[in-house]
Amino acid sequence: MRRRIPQRLVRAIMVAALMTAGFNPALAASGEDIAHSGKGNDVPACVACHGEQGEGQPDAGYPRLAGLNAGYIEHQLASFADESRRNDIMAPIARNLGAADREALGSYLASLSPPKAASQEAPDQALIGAGQVLAQRGIWSKGVPACAQCHGTSGLGVGGAFPQLAGQSAVYIANQLTAWKSGGRGNDPMHLMKGIASKLDDKQINAVAAYYASLPIGVTAASKASEAKQ
Amino acid sequence: MSGNASTWQSWAAGVVILGAAMLIGYALPHGEIVEPAAPLRAGAPPEAAKPSPEHSTRKTLADFAPPPESAIPNNEFGDVVRLGENIFRHPQQYAPQFVSNDLTCQNCHLDSGRLASAAPLWAAYVNYPAYRSKNGHVNSFAERLQGCFRFSMNGKAPPYGDKVLVALETYAFFLAKGAPTGAGPHGYEKLKKPNKPFDLAHGKQVFAEHCALCHAADGQGQASADGEKVFPPLWGPRSFNWGAGMGQINNAAAFIKANMPLSQGGVLSDDEAWDVAAFMDSHERPQDPRFSGSIDETRKKYHDTPMSFYGSIVNGVRLGEKSPPSGS
Repeated sequence: MRRRIPQRLVRAIMVAALMTAGFNPALAASGEDIAHSGKGNDVPACVACHGEQGEGQPDAGYPRLAGLNAGYIEHQLASFADESRRNDIMAPIARNLGAADREALGSYLASLSPPKAASQEAPDQALIGAGQVLAQRGIWSKGVPACAQCHGTSGLGVGGAFPQLAGQSAVYIANQLTAWKSGGRGNDPMHLMKGIASKLDDKQINAVAAYYASLPIGVTAASKASEAKQ
Repeated sequence: MSGNASTWQSWAAGVVILGAAMLIGYALPHGEIVEPAAPLRAGAPPEAAKPSPEHSTRKTLADFAPPPESAIPNNEFGDVVRLGENIFRHPQQYAPQFVSNDLTCQNCHLDSGRLASAAPLWAAYVNYPAYRSKNGHVNSFAERLQGCFRFSMNGKAPPYGDKVLVALETYAFFLAKGAPTGAGPHGYEKLKKPNKPFDLAHGKQVFAEHCALCHAADGQGQASADGEKVFPPLWGPRSFNWGAGMGQINNAAAFIKANMPLSQGGVLSDDEAWDVAAFMDSHERPQDPRFSGSIDETRKKYHDTPMSFYGSIVNGVRLGEKSPPSGS
């Protein structure tokens, strides 16, 4: 006895399959695919610069993307495309990613948790110490709050607007603070970072960048103990 | 003879004065003695430890700057200063037995209680003991600190002499070094009274534009991945209770105007600050620990001012009626 499949159901499945293949870009390429293989001729694989698991290349200033908030990554890609965050490498790439691609990439990269990429730079303890004071206490005489007041005591970030800084590339952090200062990056909500970065000098920028680069990536007892001492 | 007698008398007077001076010196608080000033540690001559003319002539707190954190001495006294600062910055970690919400002291008293525009700890220290209409008697500084725990932290007052209270007093004393006592209150600048009723719809709009990014659309704050409440809740069960100073719209408006959003103090207009403060304080929060069982009675006794919404009906809810219990 053969079971008849209702014609209506067959039609519905066919239509659905056509729609998802042809019209739904979210399923056209997964975040994992784009990250590892790129998309078409205009979007190279993210991992080529940002590391096989999104761990970044700290000394070259290519940021760690793994584990960043998905919404934050999406917003950055949109900002590269509309040039509210100016970057010659990322602008053409981001312009060739649709909204669904950006969302898929955000979710995929946010889900990764590789260990921290090694840096060839020897840690400068004095610089890190100065950065710690600034990061945990701010410079209130100049109206600069502590970084920790928004990014968290352990620098793990909060939500989609305040990214994780712990374990990020020092070169990258310093570049961003400088970009806010100069106006090259203007995609910060309420222009909070523009105001803060403008009050920091190069020495303070390098110190705070070195401090955050030195922190562990995950939530560890060590990250808590380090603040408690501070 | 008369010449000799007068010489003897002046010698005697001298001895008495010298003795008195030694007694006074002996009775001086030990904190002053064991706590070396930074220049002294750096090898400056002992003269540097004498009060500078600036200190002895200071009459107001206008240009006062507390000593930096690096000046905390490395001795027993310094250890307690540091404990006090840790409690102030991370009360959930260092004084959990007295705290029942997600706030820290430095959420409002910015820069660990140092910032002049955010009701600094050093100014409070030199203005107590003081009479407070809040409880109708002269309060010691320790009692004032107990009030912070009972109301703002929705917790329990540490008993007199408790390590937590002593550490906070010690930290405040350290910060107030050189500040004149009784110089008058020095909090955030009071805002001119609005000449129109509070506009809660406008307040809601200001909140969405300037506050929600950090405190979240529902005002409940935001936490980091490790659970730390980085942005404090402004109302609801994990915020300050109805008895706290921030529950009074005038206090909240003045704080907001001077300090919010963080790093952008002063950007809100007076009207915006008033309305957003009123919006914040028109939400339910933990009960006033002095609650008598009757909202009317509690309002009459403690909230009889247009600056408090306690007992008022906002959006169909009578504030105070469904308050989560207070922590004490």
